[in-house]
Amino acid sequence: MDAELLSRIQFGVTAGFHFIYPPLTIGLGTLIAIIEYMYLKTNDEIYRKMADFWAKLFAINFVIGVATGIVMEFEFGTNWSNYSRFVGDIFGAPLAAEGVFAFFLESTFLGLYLVGKNRLSRFMRFFSFLMVAFGSTLSALWILIANSWQQTPAGYKVEGGRAVLTNFWEAVFNPTMPSMFLHTVDASYITGAIFMAGISAYFLIKGKNLELAKRSLKLAVIFGVIVSILQLFPFGDESARVVAKTQPEKLASFEGLFKTQSKAPLLVFGIPDPSQNKMLVEIGIPGALSFLADHNVNAVVKGIDAFPKDDLPPMTLTFYSFHLMVALGTLFILTFLVGVFLLYKKKLFTTKPYLSALWAFIPLPYIANELGWITTEVGRQPWAVYGLLRTKDAFSPLPAGDVAVSLIGFTLVYAVLFGIFLYLTIHTVKTFKMD
Amino acid sequence: MDLNIIWFFLVGILIIGYAILDGFDLGVGSVYLFAKFQERDIALNSIAPVWDGNEVWLITGGGALFAAFPMVYATAFSGFYLALILLLFALIFRAVSLELRNHFQKESTKTLFDWIFSISSIVAIVLFGVAVGNVLSGLDLNKNGDYIGTFFDLLNPYSILVGVLAFFMLSYQGTVWLFLKTEGEFQQKVKNWAKVYWSGYFILFLICTLLTYVLHNNLFTNYLTHPIMFAIPILTLLFMLASIIRIQRNQPLCAIIASSLSIAMVILTAYLSLFPNLIIAKNPAYNLNIYNAASSQLTLQTMLIIALIGMPLVLIYTIYSYRIFHGKTKIEEGY
Repeated sequence: MDAELLSRIQFGVTAGFHFIYPPLTIGLGTLIAIIEYMYLKTNDEIYRKMADFWAKLFAINFVIGVATGIVMEFEFGTNWSNYSRFVGDIFGAPLAAEGVFAFFLESTFLGLYLVGKNRLSRFMRFFSFLMVAFGSTLSALWILIANSWQQTPAGYKVEGGRAVLTNFWEAVFNPTMPSMFLHTVDASYITGAIFMAGISAYFLIKGKNLELAKRSLKLAVIFGVIVSILQLFPFGDESARVVAKTQPEKLASFEGLFKTQSKAPLLVFGIPDPSQNKMLVEIGIPGALSFLADHNVNAVVKGIDAFPKDDLPPMTLTFYSFHLMVALGTLFILTFLVGVFLLYKKKLFTTKPYLSALWAFIPLPYIANELGWITTEVGRQPWAVYGLLRTKDAFSPLPAGDVAVSLIGFTLVYAVLFGIFLYLTIHTVKTFKMD
Repeated sequence: MDLNIIWFFLVGILIIGYAILDGFDLGVGSVYLFAKFQERDIALNSIAPVWDGNEVWLITGGGALFAAFPMVYATAFSGFYLALILLLFALIFRAVSLELRNHFQKESTKTLFDWIFSISSIVAIVLFGVAVGNVLSGLDLNKNGDYIGTFFDLLNPYSILVGVLAFFMLSYQGTVWLFLKTEGEFQQKVKNWAKVYWSGYFILFLICTLLTYVLHNNLFTNYLTHPIMFAIPILTLLFMLASIIRIQRNQPLCAIIASSLSIAMVILTAYLSLFPNLIIAKNPAYNLNIYNAASSQLTLQTMLIIALIGMPLVLIYTIYSYRIFHGKTKIEEGY
């Protein structure tokens, strides 16, 4: 294997692994801030105990996110030096801003909260966690500004073989930024809601920590139903429409649309065969893709046939990732709707099969997040910066052996980290007893 | 003063901020294994609430370098590839072991985490020093700015010696921090460690300076042109002396201020010798300086605004956090 392929695999491994953690930081962090707010308002000790418990799990997740996040900050330079030279004028600023505005905020206030909470007033407890949640959301904003610029570059000119900033705000508010940010943060909220709901359900099944579990589950279900529905409409819908407008070949790959057509169908199920340029099986809703892309059933949607072969992303991976993600998103909506119904019927805390399902669903939002990331990043290929810089021109000219060594190292270290993360999280949940 | 020069100094400030702040918690890691098992909780708790914020100085420094001088970021990080990957592993192990140690109950597991924490701290410190040593001695670059030497070329005696200087400098900083945060018998022990590390710091600084003059006297050009600059290395020595005298007099707060200032001066001494270069190439035509390696004026200007809005806020709540945790560290206050 050559250095380019190894660097791509390594970036996939390190970014994909890192991305397990930040969504929970954002989602659970927001929920803990809500709990601290209730503690501030009611002075009810149970809320303090709830916050302490969830913060324990939060902290385990957070440290692995931080440890693997540093790698991301440096990897553009180590493995993608030509990319860094090309985009540095634009891409570096949001990374630096992320440090200045987000990382300092979340890490300082989390340290304050976790170690110093006995020195803090109720208000400062709440405020500290609010800053943790706010900081992690800002971090998502800045990193997605950088990432969305790779998808739809704006506010720049190419000069002397480099992209040079011409308008900061145009670069920041590039066409995909708002929808990517909202879609990702909402995905994080869903992750937090299912995580909290699942663990609360486990306590209810085991008959432990009941007061904590009931209040947490209720919070998670109400929060979850709102954010999961918002994810379908408007956030997911808007994301797809922006992609249709700005990266039509990506949409064609998502949807397995081989032929340019009006009244294009939205697939409910399909098996694409890219080698024969056709779908082997397809069940679709006629006109629905046209509607999605343009809010008009007669709109013409460009298919794979409208683009040069060299500019197309690998279809199979983007297609399945996208569809599986949408299916999981739908499942989350149903899950929380059932939860709200049971809550209304006053059966939420006693319906065992539902509680078991929640516990079993904990991995699903993580999978959906990874699939969404694969969809958008693999869907951007063969470009590192869409339309401007190909991935094959972006990597560092390193000896392949060096990259192989680091790739093996990362894989091993991250496997160990994942093991520690799972062990500690499960152990903390299983041994927790509210006093 | 133009924007490029301003950014030369702002990057310098981020490096200094990182070295002083993460310096003390890396330094605590470096001397950590000398502490008895019961004392380790205190050592760990003293850095628990702040180490992560300190490390953000590194992340922000990396981001600022990327934004302001992308050519330097690309060349240095890809050039030091294996060393940098090793550094990343050290930082990962360090973060995880220090943060998660007390989630485990068994003493043997805790001891394992202690070893990982301490060794990875030392590895990180030495690698930082070796990297600085290589920047000072110059890198073998091609026209595109790619490093064409090997990993083992980076391990030259001069750079390793700078690595050893970093080891003593930050370990000393760690002991001064512990001197500030501990009391009783442990504090007396820490005081003795401080003297040992201080001696190493002092001697290595002199040796490295002398060796730089012998091996890389191009780095003295700025000093010889503006002799007033020699005030900086002289101040370094004065702050070092002030620091150890304050330790002797049991005034830890003054001691850590003085040792922090000495670190700032050590870094400034080296950093200013590069100006206006950031990376010196073996072939001077390929030097990366604050103009040919920089981003556009618009980016530098935008970044300056970001820094001017953001950094005062950061300083305010960082100071607030240190004030909340002022005084001696208690054994029960940790994760």
